[in-house]
Amino acid sequence: MTVTVGVVVFPGTNCEHDVAAATERLGASARLVWHADGRLGDVDAVVLPGGFAHGDYLRPGAIARFAPVMAAVETFAAGGGPVVGICNGFQVLTEAHLLPGALQKNRGLRFVCETVEVEVASDRSVLTRGVDPGRRLRIPINHFEGSYTCDPDTLAELVGQDRIALRYTDNPNGSVADIAGVCNEAGNVVGLMPHPERACDPLLGSDDGLVLLGALIASSGAPLTGSPAAATATA
Amino acid sequence: MSAGARPEGAVDDPGVHRALGLTDDEAGAIGRILGRAPNHLELAMYAVMWSEHCSYKSSRIHLRRLPTEGPGVLVGPGENAGVVDAGGGVAIALRIESHNHPSAIEPYQGAATGVGGILRDIFTMGARPVALMDPLRFGPLDDDRSRWVAAGVVAGISGYGNAVGVPTVGGEVVFDGCYAGNPLVNVLCAGLLPVERLVLGQATGVGNLAVLLGSATGRDGIGGVSVLASAGFGGDAAAEEAKRPNVQVGDPYEEKRLIEACLQLLDEHLLVGIQDLGGAGLACATSETASRGGVGMDVDVTAVHRREPGMRAWEVMTSESQERMLAIVTPDDLERLLAVCERWEVRASVVGRVTTTGRLRVLEGWGGEVQADVPAASLHEDAPLYDRPRRRPADLDRRADDDPARLPPPEDPGKDLAALLLDPSWVYRQYDHQLFLNTVVGPGSDAALLRLAAPGVPGGEGRGFALSTDGNGSWCSLDPRAGTALVVAESALNVACVGARPVAVVNCLNFGNPEHPEVMWQLSEAVDGMAEACRALGLPVVGGNVSLYNESRGADIDPTPVVATLGLVDRLERRPPGVAFAAGDRVVLVQPPGTRPSLGGSLWAVRRRGHRGGRLSPLDLAAHLRLLGLVTGLVADGLPSGVHDVSAGGLGVALAEMAVGGGVGAALAGVADHVGLFGEGPSRVVFCVPPDRLGTLTQRARDAGMEAVELGGGGGDRLVLDGLVDVAVADLAAAARGIAGWW
Repeated sequence: MTVTVGVVVFPGTNCEHDVAAATERLGASARLVWHADGRLGDVDAVVLPGGFAHGDYLRPGAIARFAPVMAAVETFAAGGGPVVGICNGFQVLTEAHLLPGALQKNRGLRFVCETVEVEVASDRSVLTRGVDPGRRLRIPINHFEGSYTCDPDTLAELVGQDRIALRYTDNPNGSVADIAGVCNEAGNVVGLMPHPERACDPLLGSDDGLVLLGALIASSGAPLTGSPAAATATA
Repeated sequence: MSAGARPEGAVDDPGVHRALGLTDDEAGAIGRILGRAPNHLELAMYAVMWSEHCSYKSSRIHLRRLPTEGPGVLVGPGENAGVVDAGGGVAIALRIESHNHPSAIEPYQGAATGVGGILRDIFTMGARPVALMDPLRFGPLDDDRSRWVAAGVVAGISGYGNAVGVPTVGGEVVFDGCYAGNPLVNVLCAGLLPVERLVLGQATGVGNLAVLLGSATGRDGIGGVSVLASAGFGGDAAAEEAKRPNVQVGDPYEEKRLIEACLQLLDEHLLVGIQDLGGAGLACATSETASRGGVGMDVDVTAVHRREPGMRAWEVMTSESQERMLAIVTPDDLERLLAVCERWEVRASVVGRVTTTGRLRVLEGWGGEVQADVPAASLHEDAPLYDRPRRRPADLDRRADDDPARLPPPEDPGKDLAALLLDPSWVYRQYDHQLFLNTVVGPGSDAALLRLAAPGVPGGEGRGFALSTDGNGSWCSLDPRAGTALVVAESALNVACVGARPVAVVNCLNFGNPEHPEVMWQLSEAVDGMAEACRALGLPVVGGNVSLYNESRGADIDPTPVVATLGLVDRLERRPPGVAFAAGDRVVLVQPPGTRPSLGGSLWAVRRRGHRGGRLSPLDLAAHLRLLGLVTGLVADGLPSGVHDVSAGGLGVALAEMAVGGGVGAALAGVADHVGLFGEGPSRVVFCVPPDRLGTLTQRARDAGMEAVELGGGGGDRLVLDGLVDVAVADLAAAARGIAGWW
């Protein structure tokens, strides 16, 4: 059965077509979900793509988290559904408290667009499931506010629960503990600053992103088992 | 007073039109057009529409000499953007603009609003903007102010371009003392559209409605195109208002929603016409759409959604508030248009109605007082046309005779070579250059190469397009005609280096004060040089922009025509070779036989010796055309492992950039002296090629009438030019990155 990925569009989002194209390349079908809609519809996974939702005004993600669609995303996540926030989507997920921590301005206080190397640090997330920890991937980053930060207790918890999904091998933005991506306790909600959809075609320089999006689509076909959220899922 | 009556308030005082930037002759012409004395509002509208910026009154007479037609040209100059047929139902809209003066005053917003303006020109044509490029020229970075300007401009492009969601895929960064007081901030935008979505900025259909979309209209940027803001023409209060900053403030989030709303309106076939609001604001958009459609328009100024209360009609009509569009719709489609705008949170107000009269009337409410009543077409079609005096600069012959080849040669050519390198990655890593998954070759190469694809634009599968922007003020200062032809040749060669066939150009003519006869001579010569090169190379000029008055403290900038070339790739199957050496491969210089590079106007002479004299190397356009075909073919066939054109800095800089680009050195010979190393001239390309393909490359070069000079082989970690240069590639790379050290 074809996996359907819901790609959430806020005003100011700009990576929705790219994410849709990349997931379709992997055989999934993509459906754009408008921010003002209170329902996700029949989707197997949700991606919050990159861009500048609501212009990043006030703070990236700070306004988008109040969009009607976010209540539906929360319910979907609580039911164990895979939810991935890429770049601006990661910022939205932290603002919505679906993921811990926050993204602050890059070390150096400049926007950075370049291809970086990340290492898969945990296979517990829906985005890295089945991928060998230690595997290195070349994936572009494209952000001003991408420096991940959290308090020491949260960091200890992330480390202790093996929730750091991706780490930079050469930290480009000052993120604490080289964190490029983290997941929630159940592993079904993941946020990352790199853009895997930008690394899905050798013509563009790298197709390492297919590893991550492929894992997401595989996870979406077979929901996580054993997690408390999935066990109580009713949706 | 009822609608239809003559507007009141005729102005008799010549001080008013002079303060608005109109000459006495121009004011007289307006009176003759109207058959009466104009009032304040009418004068204000003519002043902005007849400004140099809007009317090209000093340059139009020369621009006519450019070739503008070709088999693929769907829309040439005069519309908001040129449009070229890419085949398969896909068209490419292309435009380049300058935002030099705003960027000199307020670098961040000046550059940001330059990006915003060019995007609107592109989606006005029905195209989705898919690529931006920024040719930038600043004073040297050891000057505090130049550093502030450069950092602000780059941050403005980054801040606006990234947030509006259009990738910045390339450009240029040049530092030269002549730009210290007057930086050049040019911006190019390319958009893709299905051919059938092509729309023109015109109003037709009597009774149709003009709807203003986007930002509220404020007092920002009033008279940005003329001198309005420096004039008090309503008493003290207006004089106070005039002190507000003239540079507009950009809002990329508003623009992003405006783009999406307009493209949806076009896809749903809800628009009769659409026009962006740029220079001269509503006065320009309403008169141009009416004039192009051969109709008239009534405008209700009270219906314009405003940012602040108390604005006068002339302020509303000439405001240059950003992120606004004027859509022409039938009354039946209005409701649907408003629904689309509401979805994208874009404000929309019905401000005008299409009439049969051919006149632009400004009303205070429908049926209310007539504030202005002028023939719509007269605002731009009747703009004055000047053939300003031209004079060849008196020092040109003396400069030409002052050959930099007579300068003492460098003691350490390797040191000079390192000093000429500039790695612009510090700039472009601040730009999103990858959005839309199209960027096969991004910034930092000879040209950007993109897939011919965009959301909602099918038909370009497996194909690509290339863009390069090029300029060289040092060349054009010595000989504007030959220098401009060299710039056209280089730009075309750049797109060939990524495997594309050059098909069209747009230009941005950055010059000094047109009231200086030497500047007009430079402009005229540059146009002739461009026309000659474009004709010979089969490149129609599909659009352009002229930026004059680039001067500071009485000194004009070097004449700096910037050329952007569009190329097409018929089969985009692999990434083209990089600007790089590959270990074990052969390094070959391909050029027409008898090529003699010159140090005249070269980067080495200017930058290392402060010498700005000499003659340019001659350009053989017929040979260059053959070279373009050769290079496009070789790259498209995947023959070379590395390729780079020889440009500013000469062969030495080209070789050093290939060494740094691939992180691989080379052992080379055959360069006799510093003239061979740093001399500049057209029609030269360095290839790196696997040994087993060397014979094929050499043969194909000879078949094209070129010589292929084998310089040596790639490998190792040093760049060695026998007897001249022996330097570590790492040291070259470090020197190139020096730009980042200024911040």
